[in-house]
Amino acid sequence: MNALLEVKNLNVDLNLPAGALHAVRNVSFSVQKGKTLSLVGESGCGKSITALAIMNLLPPSASYNAKKMEFEGHDLLKLNEKKMSRFRGAKIAMIFQEPMTSLDPCYTIGDQLTEALTEHKQVSAKEALNRAVFLLDKVGITGAASRLKQYPHQLSGGLRQRIMIAMGLMCGPSLIIADEPTTALDVTIQAQILRLLASIQKEFNMGMILITHDLGVVARIADDVAVMYCGEVVETGNITQIFNHPIHPYTRGLIECIPIPGKTKPGEKLGSIPGIVPAPIGELWGCSFRNRCSLATAECADRGLALNHISDTRSFRCIKPPNDMPIGTPDEKPDKKMGKADPMAIKKEERI
Amino acid sequence: MLIYTLKRLGLAIIVMITVSMISFMLLRVSGDPAISLAGEGASSAEIEFVREQYGFDRPLIIQYFEWAGRAIQGDLGNSAYVKQSVAQMLRERMGVTMTLGICSLTFAMLLAIPLGMLAAIRPNTWIDRLALSISVMGQAMPSFWFGLILIIFFGVYLRWLPISGSDTWKHFVMPTIALGYYATPAIMRLVRSGMLEVLASDHIRTARAKGLRWPKILFKHTLRNAIIPVVAVAAVQLGFMLGGSIVIEAIFALNGLGNLAWVSISRSDLPVVQAIVLFLSIIYIFLTFMADIFNAFLDPRIRSS
Repeated sequence: MNALLEVKNLNVDLNLPAGALHAVRNVSFSVQKGKTLSLVGESGCGKSITALAIMNLLPPSASYNAKKMEFEGHDLLKLNEKKMSRFRGAKIAMIFQEPMTSLDPCYTIGDQLTEALTEHKQVSAKEALNRAVFLLDKVGITGAASRLKQYPHQLSGGLRQRIMIAMGLMCGPSLIIADEPTTALDVTIQAQILRLLASIQKEFNMGMILITHDLGVVARIADDVAVMYCGEVVETGNITQIFNHPIHPYTRGLIECIPIPGKTKPGEKLGSIPGIVPAPIGELWGCSFRNRCSLATAECADRGLALNHISDTRSFRCIKPPNDMPIGTPDEKPDKKMGKADPMAIKKEERI
Repeated sequence: MLIYTLKRLGLAIIVMITVSMISFMLLRVSGDPAISLAGEGASSAEIEFVREQYGFDRPLIIQYFEWAGRAIQGDLGNSAYVKQSVAQMLRERMGVTMTLGICSLTFAMLLAIPLGMLAAIRPNTWIDRLALSISVMGQAMPSFWFGLILIIFFGVYLRWLPISGSDTWKHFVMPTIALGYYATPAIMRLVRSGMLEVLASDHIRTARAKGLRWPKILFKHTLRNAIIPVVAVAAVQLGFMLGGSIVIEAIFALNGLGNLAWVSISRSDLPVVQAIVLFLSIIYIFLTFMADIFNAFLDPRIRSS
């Protein structure tokens, strides 16, 4: 089966005054038609940067390369800005984290919705308005026709996020990228928006990349999961594999952080992962999670670490998987020799 | 929108009344008007007569209302120096000053907005540096000095433009540049920083994610948001220009309000000075009011607040 979007070995560097920050390293994943892939990880692990790289919307200070980035048979890497803009909005839509600031305060909802369509398709203003009303209705906004005349500041965060979703749907895209779509919203609204995204995705049979740090969200709507840590994919698998048989210590740590009804006893301490994500600046080697990993040994620092593939969709990046899991052999040589100070180790001392 | 306009109008009227009171008091605190009207060497009986004739012996508040009532009807009294009504003098001069002010502001805008936009679109490139140099030069150079440089170069050396008078459009070219260039830096810097800020904002990212074309992103979504603070500053700048034109009018011998103000101050013609202060203040208030209305048109958030 041909994937809707296939990304292979994506690298993104942010050029900071202190040096290049390797925000995304060797990230590969694919999204199937009509399926939801979830990118999971802590803040700063490169999830959003990955999404922006697909859209070619990275800030000017960033540079990226990849072995492959193919969308519906088109090589996104070869498109110039002008051609890429024909894909954005039309074929690939994106929903952002901050609904409060993601709409232009100076224009009405109707204006901003219709321009998403008229930019890409030859339709009359009337048709565009009808489409806007239809989609506002779809995303559960009442009185859609009168909403068109309203300005963003007159609407709540939840409504604005619904409008962002409707805006993404204007051209009928085949892939929708939702970058933490519920993070900025009230808990009560979060569930509604998630349900909405899931139902819309099914109804329009779109592929979706859902970016989140919340495994609870993943459990609700994802089909496949890619767990990211510090700019790398550390584990991939489908939803049951990830939740029932997590391999990577980081994934296991994340799952221990969420309470499970019926399993977690009242008063029982939830898990937490000590420490913070290190900044991936400079030359990197070994496992990037080793400073926070309870299983880490000296080996973890001096090996180059590749993804171990169990199957096409199931992989992990760890040399100490649980005993019942098949162990792959790291097929990459250590790219940096000993004798240099380990940047991660220094960072660790500073944190303590 | 209507409520907002009425509120702003009310505020403008209150400010106008305050300014008129200050302007009225200007004449009273600068000395006993009866003594100055009666002239040098007048006897105390004569002064008393003048005081009664002109009503200076009555309470100040009544005098103010009388004066204000006449001022609304366009009667601003007579010059103390030349036998002419103040209103007549203002009417003769204000055309020149308004022309100069509007031309200068237009010149400043035409220079500042494109330059500021280019500088913001290509930050830290030669065009950004050029814009920065132009703005630093404008800030550092006093307008009278720049005016003199223009006169020497275009008037004396190249002989392209007349250096004094206000008869043809050619007479306005150099004063417009001298005065307009002075206002350019503030507007340009605001446009540049505003554009940079908006370009980095979330809703521009949304616009790009929608696949909008660059001109549309730039002019529809960025410029409109970035120009809002510029409008308010431009109105203030035009006010400054009307005041700053005193120097420019003197250098280029333009027969405008600034020139009249300068002449009247030097010969202590207080009724004229008072009228000019009042007139410029009202223009200033009017501009601020217009800027508020224009901003409300641009930004719906202002409208509903």
